Amino acid sequence: MELNPRSYAGTLVLSPAGRLDHDSSEAFRASMQPLLERSARDGCCLVLDLSALEYVSSAGLRCFVLAAKQAAAQGGKVSVAAMRPLVAEIFRISRFHLLFEIHPSLRDALSAASAQAAAEFDRK
Amino acid sequence: MRVRFWGTRGSLPVALTWRDVRDRLARALLLAGGRRFESFEQAQAFAAELPFALTHTFGGHTSCVEFEPQAAAPSEYFACDMGSGARAFGEHVFARQAGRPATINLFMSHMHWDHIMGFPFFGPAYVPGMRLRIHGCHEALEHAFRRQQEAPSFPVPFAQLQADIRFVPLAEGEPQLVSGVKVTAQRQRHSGDSYGYRFESGGKTLIYTTDSEHKLEQAAETRAIVEFFRDADLVVFDAMYSLAEAVSVKADWGHSSNVVGVELCQMARARKLALFHHEPANNDAAIERILQETRRLEELTRDGQRLEVFAAYDGLEVDL
Repeated sequence: MELNPRSYAGTLVLSPAGRLDHDSSEAFRASMQPLLERSARDGCCLVLDLSALEYVSSAGLRCFVLAAKQAAAQGGKVSVAAMRPLVAEIFRISRFHLLFEIHPSLRDALSAASAQAAAEFDRK
Repeated sequence: MRVRFWGTRGSLPVALTWRDVRDRLARALLLAGGRRFESFEQAQAFAAELPFALTHTFGGHTSCVEFEPQAAAPSEYFACDMGSGARAFGEHVFARQAGRPATINLFMSHMHWDHIMGFPFFGPAYVPGMRLRIHGCHEALEHAFRRQQEAPSFPVPFAQLQADIRFVPLAEGEPQLVSGVKVTAQRQRHSGDSYGYRFESGGKTLIYTTDSEHKLEQAAETRAIVEFFRDADLVVFDAMYSLAEAVSVKADWGHSSNVVGVELCQMARARKLALFHHEPANNDAAIERILQETRRLEELTRDGQRLEVFAAYDGLEVDL
């Protein structure tokens, strides 16, 4: 699965798109794994930019948790940004808003990660 | 097929407190708005129109669910699990039988305490002429029933029960006819294993799947569960936790969520989903909120066929 990885002053941003369900979650996890490992080695934060995500099932949400657990084990953290209304509602019903820091936009998430990340986002 | 819920709470029985009752009464009086009632029947008719939250409680007792196949003989009974709801189920059997003997087929998901604790209070077990057939897949099934009635836990040993009680081993994945009902068991992820049941009779299908952590991590495992649920008329589903709890702090505790229940039922094209095995820490308002959110999720993710979602409560009857 294409995640369009990019980095802003050490904060990694991944952007899953389309439907993240039982059919696609394994591919998502496989694509995310090496990026997560690299990001954890560098001790950076991860932002999941969900602006292009149309739907997420329990299997997809479970991948987010696995990513958060892996990041936490290495001192990092995962936040989510720019959810569409449907995905935001699924997050609330699943109580995932209690597990993740949620930001209305990618820039807000980067700003929460570091001033440098936000500044680099603005420059790009 | 008719399904009766005698016990719907997970882990531990719960009851309303006096404060809960007082507050409901106060809210009902407010809604009455000074209206005068000339008789109990008039007041009762008014109460029947009040919101569910004022007139009902989700309860209550731990797991016990009866089902009545359309073609069942009048003296034949079927039920899943012997949680504390079994006491009321036993009274129901006595009332229906009026002294006549009966055959009661029980199907055990597993033998954790909340699923067997009602058996020592299940009246028919004490009556000569009653036939109890306790079906299950666990080797230790009989041991668990006998042990909980040993001293010092209970004053009446199992051996003193007067009914004709037999334990009937079932094999996972092998459909079997029990008094005309096709029964299939499926092993589930839970401490010490639990088993879900698929009951088919008279063109209706009931799935009873509690104390089961459906992780949906492996595609093959998910497919097997979906096939087990396939085209069910009703799925009684362990929705004890939120999805967030089930995949984080309560991962591997052996229970599922409302979200996974909706997903599995939609994939299996089931018609009704009963949220079951309610978390004992959740009060009626919390369960009502979960129910409304689950219905909303079903609406958001519906692909063609509507899945009817409800939260099971003690005393509820559902016709399939």
